[in-house]
Amino acid sequence: METRLLHLIPLFPFAGALTLFLFGRGMRRPNVHLVAITAIAGAFIATVLAFSRLHEAAHATGLTDHVWTWFSSGSLKVDVTLRMDALSGVMCLIITFIGTLIHIYSTGYMSHEKDHARFFSYLNLFCGAMLVLVLGDSLPVMFVGWEGVGLCSYLLIGFWYDVKANADAGKKAFITNRVGDFGFLLGMFLIFQAVGTLDIPSVNGAAAAFTAPLWGQTIGFWAALFLFIGACGKSAQIPLYVWLPDAMAGPTPVSALIHAATMVTAGVYMVARMHALFMVAPLALAIVALVGALTALFAAIIGFAQNDFKKVLAYSTVSQLGFMFVGVGTANFGSGVFHLMTHAFFKAGLFLCAGSVMHAMSGSGDITKMGGLKKLTPWTHGVFLVCWLAICGVPPFSGFFSKDAIVAGAFATHAFEGTSVPWMGSVVGVMLLAAALCTAFYMSRLYFLVFSGESRADDETKRHIHESPMEMVGPLVVLAGGALLSGFLGVPGSRNWLAHWLEPSVGPELHIAPMTEYALMAVSTGVAALGIVLAFVFYGGGYRDPAIRFAQSMPGFVQLVRDKFRVDEMYAFLITWLVKRPARLLFWVVDRFLIDKVLVHGSAAVVDVAGRLTRSLQTGDSQRYLAGFAIGVAALVYIATRPPQPHELRLKVEGTIVEADVGTGAVGGDILYEFDFDGDGKADRSGKTPVQRFVYEGSGRYTITAVVRDTKWDTSTTLVKKVTVK
Amino acid sequence: MPTYYYLLLSLVLFLIGTAGVLLRRNALIVLMAIELQLNAGNLAMLAFARALNDTKGHVFAFFVIALAAAEAAVGLAILVGIFRTRQTVNLDEITLMKR
Repeated sequence: METRLLHLIPLFPFAGALTLFLFGRGMRRPNVHLVAITAIAGAFIATVLAFSRLHEAAHATGLTDHVWTWFSSGSLKVDVTLRMDALSGVMCLIITFIGTLIHIYSTGYMSHEKDHARFFSYLNLFCGAMLVLVLGDSLPVMFVGWEGVGLCSYLLIGFWYDVKANADAGKKAFITNRVGDFGFLLGMFLIFQAVGTLDIPSVNGAAAAFTAPLWGQTIGFWAALFLFIGACGKSAQIPLYVWLPDAMAGPTPVSALIHAATMVTAGVYMVARMHALFMVAPLALAIVALVGALTALFAAIIGFAQNDFKKVLAYSTVSQLGFMFVGVGTANFGSGVFHLMTHAFFKAGLFLCAGSVMHAMSGSGDITKMGGLKKLTPWTHGVFLVCWLAICGVPPFSGFFSKDAIVAGAFATHAFEGTSVPWMGSVVGVMLLAAALCTAFYMSRLYFLVFSGESRADDETKRHIHESPMEMVGPLVVLAGGALLSGFLGVPGSRNWLAHWLEPSVGPELHIAPMTEYALMAVSTGVAALGIVLAFVFYGGGYRDPAIRFAQSMPGFVQLVRDKFRVDEMYAFLITWLVKRPARLLFWVVDRFLIDKVLVHGSAAVVDVAGRLTRSLQTGDSQRYLAGFAIGVAALVYIATRPPQPHELRLKVEGTIVEADVGTGAVGGDILYEFDFDGDGKADRSGKTPVQRFVYEGSGRYTITAVVRDTKWDTSTTLVKKVTVK
Repeated sequence: MPTYYYLLLSLVLFLIGTAGVLLRRNALIVLMAIELQLNAGNLAMLAFARALNDTKGHVFAFFVIALAAAEAAVGLAILVGIFRTRQTVNLDEITLMKR
């Protein structure tokens, strides 16, 4: 169903961003807040209106809004068409709802910030780009949003750009994402090659075209794999996850909105969006699931030893994104989107709690210096408690249901039947259970170290600890409500509303046997409880003996984990050797020699020599110039006025018949041609045709004379040729 | 008389005029040579007018005479100006166009 409503959704934030970008500096602080919140709240209202009309439309196609035709070249036609179906509708609701909350929170969090208009401008721009990403109906439009959110992420990570570490973190995020974007582009090219279109519904509808073989696999496998590389970059999966922890250099609301709730889930969304393509490439799905499970486990382990509040949450985000990829990678797309939604609530809540705590702790995020905040910041503590239980997977909080849907789906999936890796589902399921244990442990560590026991801060900081203002606490409470309740949208069994709702967009819901379901629920709950109890033993009320003894017994290992397994250092080493050396060579050979010496200096030298040579021509003597001019004019006149001159007498001899041709047939009516064939001085043939025939009576050697007479100008040309007739 | 006789005369006059323009050093003579070129043109136009039985050639000849008068006036004025500043009308010594 066509509606003009959809393009309003991204238009609101874009308009807000433009307004603040152009006029924000001169606006008073409340007006900036008003514009920014109006923009995102307008998008939210438009989304709700569109979403409420979604049931009127056909389930498979949803609402569409053809805005304009972007470009059309050969068989490639790209329309800027927005489409809201079940999947993108849910995504839009998440983005605009959580975006609105975080905008409100930011008005409090950034209240001491000078450059707040720029901040809100970027934040609005981000929301617009993200909405284009999810609403875009063709891959190029999606890619525009994809790049747009990457740009905003870069701008906001480096928001405090006068600190070099922040600017570097922004660049790292951008460059790492470029690696992934390259994969996205290659995937797009392969898809175009396979099906000749980039419209997402057409691509999903043409899944059969992806079974053509290519490089030992099907073309669908490679297309899906390249798209997944793009998803790895945007959604921080191994090996491209390294940028996300550093991205915490940005303001905390940015971490909550972009690097937890929305942008980083774009990869999951994209895989779910292209579900039909991934379904015809089960091996690619297996890679998605395996990478997701590895990331979930690896990032969770790194989370054990981080001492910065936001770093713990960052690795937690990487880990939870791994969970989502296992969800979509086991062809259980609904569960991936379900976890995306619940994660958006509880992780945004956790990050905003982090912001609130850091606000209270005079800006420091070092959890070794915290503790005892339960009494001092009661609201923040309450929200954190809810979100913590949600991410640990304690029933009935939202994370329990969504994580359980993914783990159960991994054990129950049919996606890998008939492939070379039929065991993949169980393997990733077990890995996820281990990752869930780690999650419960490190999140509980974070909770106990920050909120329980006595404060370890210095006296100066302690005096300033205070609860955050209302505009920060309000959104926190709403997010806690979401973290508590959103899980009930996906209760397993017949009332699994979300999975059922998403079916038209991402394919049929994965049905799981009730016994498997209950068993896994019990196991997940046990795992969560075990993690929390272990963390209590180690960290309940502050650093306890077991934690200290463990750290002392294996200092090397603890340091290795704290240094994030030194992956950054490994990348730096690889890039130094594999990229910088050839780059240096190219710099000297191409830039310094070829461009500087040959092209720049070379072209200057050519001009210089030419100038020296031609300088002698400029004598200043007008008569010499005139002479040149006269010669030129004479040449021009000669060329322009020369009539087509008869210059050759062509003869064709056939026995005794000779055909003579002077070859100026195009000349007009005032030309007379006279031919003397027998050499007696009298014209044998004459007339206005330049071609004449003559029959000789006997063999011999004759002289043929042709006279071309121009009666108008009294000129004539005579051509003579000898001929031998046999 | 055939038309090309007139044209031949016109050509000869024009070439003499051209030679004068290009070779003489005295600017006054050069101006006179230019008059010769213009009159050679006039002669050619009249010859064509006669050959084609068309009065347009005559009309153009009058235009050229007017133009020649204007050209002589301007040219002589410039010449006087140059002579005042440089005390010479020798074209070899007037190389202003070098700069």
